[in-house]
Amino acid sequence: MYSEKVMDHFRNPRNMGEMKDADAVGEVGNPVCGDLMYIYIKIKDDRIDDISFQTFGCGAAIATSSMITELAKGKTIDEAMKITRDDIAGSLDGLPPIKMHCSNLASDGLRKAIENYRAKQKKE
Amino acid sequence: MKYVYLDYAATTPMDPEVIKEIENHYRETYGNASSFHTMGQKAAQILENSRETVASFINAKTDEIFFMSSGTESDNLAIKGVAFKSKERGNHIITSAIEHHAVQHTCQYLEKQGFKVSYLPVDEYGLIDLKELEETITNKTILISIMFANNEIGTIEPIKEIGEIAKKHDVIFHTDAVQTLGKVPIDVEEMNIDLLSASAHKLYGPKGVGLLYIRGHGVRKGWGKYIEPLLHGGGHERGLRSSTENVPGIAGFAKAVELCKRNMKEESEKLTKFRDKIIKEITENIEDVYLNGHYTKRLPNNVNLGFRYIEGESIILSLDVEGIATSTGSACSSKSLEPSHVLLAIGQKPEDAHGSLRITMGRYTTEADIDYFLEKLPPIIEKLRKMSPLKKGKKYMFDPTYETDQHH
Repeated sequence: MYSEKVMDHFRNPRNMGEMKDADAVGEVGNPVCGDLMYIYIKIKDDRIDDISFQTFGCGAAIATSSMITELAKGKTIDEAMKITRDDIAGSLDGLPPIKMHCSNLASDGLRKAIENYRAKQKKE
Repeated sequence: MKYVYLDYAATTPMDPEVIKEIENHYRETYGNASSFHTMGQKAAQILENSRETVASFINAKTDEIFFMSSGTESDNLAIKGVAFKSKERGNHIITSAIEHHAVQHTCQYLEKQGFKVSYLPVDEYGLIDLKELEETITNKTILISIMFANNEIGTIEPIKEIGEIAKKHDVIFHTDAVQTLGKVPIDVEEMNIDLLSASAHKLYGPKGVGLLYIRGHGVRKGWGKYIEPLLHGGGHERGLRSSTENVPGIAGFAKAVELCKRNMKEESEKLTKFRDKIIKEITENIEDVYLNGHYTKRLPNNVNLGFRYIEGESIILSLDVEGIATSTGSACSSKSLEPSHVLLAIGQKPEDAHGSLRITMGRYTTEADIDYFLEKLPPIIEKLRKMSPLKKGKKYMFDPTYETDQHH
């Protein structure tokens, strides 16, 4: 059902866990629907210096969360904003069609985290 | 790698004796049971012998057993067959909120055809309320369809009592016994069952063979003929199910039933012991876990556990990596994205209904399999909980303004 890459990220998730000193957090999904994702970011010189995730969800939800942390790390926040669901699914060698929309929320989560970071910057 | 199959409610491996029986018949009994010649009559004889074996297992008469292609077909014929034939008499059907989709979706289809359907709620264990059932019956009620035991949570309904109520009000009583036949004794006379559906592949028989028990082979006092066929053609199965009979498959079904007759008591004791061991070990050793379904009014081979803060598919996927096959009522593992209607009907919150794990055991399950499962599960739960942002007592930050666009 899942590609080897999905299974690899599911079994050995990268950058997993809460980041206590994160600059911003993005939260997407809803446990009622079976998926909830937190993306934590730390920004240095407009770049994603550190990133981690916590996810409640199916295999695809966990693998996409793990993958976005790899894709986003080191990118400028403008570049990171441009990562799409398709980019994530592509990097994982594809996802089952039913999972494409439902569990592939990681790019939304990252965007949300960056938006929260920018809103915070404006306030300061 | 070690492979432990704990998904017997989905399907069972065929018993080697059944495979041998089917193979022999494919080779030697290739005749059409409707043909006049010797080979045809040989097939007809095997068919009738099989009917007899199956009938005696549930205390039915031989001519009350009708072979089908599946449990789903059997449920469809029972419900649509009665509805279409008896609509002059009444248009009301009573069923439960936790039926298998083969019953539930058939009832929903009939609603579109103008029938009225009452879906009885169930309590936290999945049991219907007998008083409520009786109060729901009107003079338009033609059919009660309540499953014998639930496929997800294993709860066994009070079938005998339902049968009594149905008899008292002269309503036809159908029960989906797909998960039950071969695990729990069934007596259609004692239980006042009028229609009963079962499937061979759930009891070590072949896929593609099912049966419908039809009381009085479709004739009822005061009703006349009460069931309309769905398939028209050569008039097989007393005109209720036209199609050349799958004689090797049916013979395999009969062989499977014969083996269940021989082993049911012993197997049931073994499985009950395993079931209760799993429930005890897990509920004692893992936090925030609960049993779905009833502790005792339960199929001997079914365990259904809810694990808070994590999602069911990630559990079965992790177990599969360890070589253990299980399943879940959770949305994400199946083609549907909705959480299980059964778990919602027993009053669970949707976020909890996503975290269920179903373990179903059978003939080839050993104590070593159970121990392997009990060894592998706790670290998986721990790892997934570490990954989850949901924690005991922690409020998640869910922002209601977030547009879950394509998310439902």
